[in-house]
Amino acid sequence: MSLLTPAVDRPSRTRRAVPRVELRSLDTLWFQVAGTVCNLACSHCFISCSPTNRTHEFLSLETVKQHLDEATRLGVKEYYFTGGEPFLHPDMEAILEATLEVGPATVLTNGLLLDPQRCARLAAMAERSEYSFDLRLSMDGYDAATNDPIRGTGTFERIMEGARNAHAAGVNPVLTVTEVHSENSTPAGRDRFFDLLRELGIEHPRLKILPVFQLGAQAERRGAYESWQRLAAGDVDDGSWEHLQCSSCRMVTDQGVWVCPILVNEPEGRMGETLADTLDSFPLGHPACWTCHVHGVSCKT
Amino acid sequence: MSHRVPEDAARRSRRHLDAQAIDKLTAHRGKATWGEKLVPLDEFRDAALQYGRSLDEAERKGAVSRYLSTASDGIEVEGPYQRIAVFGGIYNNSYGLEAVLEDAQRRGAEAVYCLGDFGGFGPNPEKIWPLLEQGEIGCIQGNYEQSLSSGAVDCNCGYADPRDNHFAAISYRYTAKNASEAFKRWMGGHPLRRRVRVGEKELLLVHGSPRRINEFLFASQTPTAYLEVLLDQEGADAVLCTHTGLQWHRRLPSGRDVVNVGVIGRPANDGQTHVWYSMLHAGSEGDLQVELLPLPYDHESLAADMRREDLPEEFVQTILTGWWTTCLEILPARERAASRF
Repeated sequence: MSLLTPAVDRPSRTRRAVPRVELRSLDTLWFQVAGTVCNLACSHCFISCSPTNRTHEFLSLETVKQHLDEATRLGVKEYYFTGGEPFLHPDMEAILEATLEVGPATVLTNGLLLDPQRCARLAAMAERSEYSFDLRLSMDGYDAATNDPIRGTGTFERIMEGARNAHAAGVNPVLTVTEVHSENSTPAGRDRFFDLLRELGIEHPRLKILPVFQLGAQAERRGAYESWQRLAAGDVDDGSWEHLQCSSCRMVTDQGVWVCPILVNEPEGRMGETLADTLDSFPLGHPACWTCHVHGVSCKT
Repeated sequence: MSHRVPEDAARRSRRHLDAQAIDKLTAHRGKATWGEKLVPLDEFRDAALQYGRSLDEAERKGAVSRYLSTASDGIEVEGPYQRIAVFGGIYNNSYGLEAVLEDAQRRGAEAVYCLGDFGGFGPNPEKIWPLLEQGEIGCIQGNYEQSLSSGAVDCNCGYADPRDNHFAAISYRYTAKNASEAFKRWMGGHPLRRRVRVGEKELLLVHGSPRRINEFLFASQTPTAYLEVLLDQEGADAVLCTHTGLQWHRRLPSGRDVVNVGVIGRPANDGQTHVWYSMLHAGSEGDLQVELLPLPYDHESLAADMRREDLPEEFVQTILTGWWTTCLEILPARERAASRF
């Protein structure tokens, strides 16, 4: 009888083969539209976005259109825009307009630039399109005392203002919350976020919970991954990686096409220049891949 | 003698915080974040360029054509028919099933097809079995049939939100408990797809999508370009699907059709108590004619049966009002905005 406890006495995984995930179908295309430039510098940001972080730069309207052309030929189903803060991009609305002509679009925003005029324009754009338009609004605590230490002083009120403006214009944002505070994802925590939205008059509160990745600023805050947090061959039956978003997504940045939104600050996450270069399988060798597998994460809504 | 006024502690600490914040906001000047390290921008960009492929034009064409190619499913094509009726999502609603069979016969359907999801939501799962057998309905498996016949722990509906999964689990447990093993085995005996000829057109019948049994094809979330790719890959003139509970039809620029045929198990979240199914018939010029048909049925008897079976009152209210009260979070923004709850 073995006296090993698998959870504690793990054999070293470093020498075991790295499993590969096949691209099952390219359903979701992400754009790192604002690069890593943000008007906030959240202490848990897995890619350390800030006003001066230009690891990835803004994507031009022209570059987005080229990738949309290629994506429609490949049968992409949905488009997501993130950064950084997408609404810092001067052409963001033109980019959305072009996208909504070919498919549904979602923007991940911190909400600080959602003034009433912009929200009205976004609502009108959504109305004109045959496809759905969604806003994902990031928040990390249900009050200033829990949110602001993560996202910055005064941000709680400004996020609420953004949500209020979106709702007033007729756009129902999906509040996107990380598990930076563990109670955020408990039933009681979820109820508090629902209550916040209901207080704004939002009758159908929408919520998306995401785990944190021990990368970037979050790694500085709480430490990086441990050596055992790696996927190895045999963790899942071969070919059963369908629950991972990388089996159905790619991410476009100004530096090329990456495997997913999480690994854009890891050179090994880069897969090529065009989507056609990236239709191959990808090795799940990064510790963040372990988080996606264990938590069943999907960055999409 | 110095005239400097001593700073108070709070002011000193505020200035200290500001300096920290400024450091944080400017830390990345000229630098890239490589994981948790800060490195010169060029070092990151040069390293990134070492990864990934840069194919030439011919190789890219080859990669795309390999990606888009699919092996033929080799299924025998049924028909040809001039007129068929197609529905999905019975959800244990025997009253809806009786109504659709009668309506389809009255409208002259030569064949009737069901695209799966026999169970869930409604009462007394066993009641629909003889109707399906006697009506000689051409069935395919939905995720429900696949799950029930294989003894899976959940319906594999594909929901992501805990609120949706809560009610989906109640439905599945009820159906799994109240359907006989013989019925479950029968469910698992149906194919996952069928091909049917209507006039000159070849129709591919699936549950969710040709790619996945539980893929949701909502109108506002399904790009036309995506559907053209699907039809190219499948070599079909039309795709018929269900799974979402919301019916729609789109004629593509290529002239081909995609029809979400609707469900007969619960209303379409529009405040109307009727349900929906589809009639497809050959047009006089070789084209495919598509009709989405509202179908009234005895919804009050269904609601009464559901209460007798102690099914959640939320489900009963959906049947009585025509508005969904559960499984709403999966809806795209457009369809969600049109919901009452």
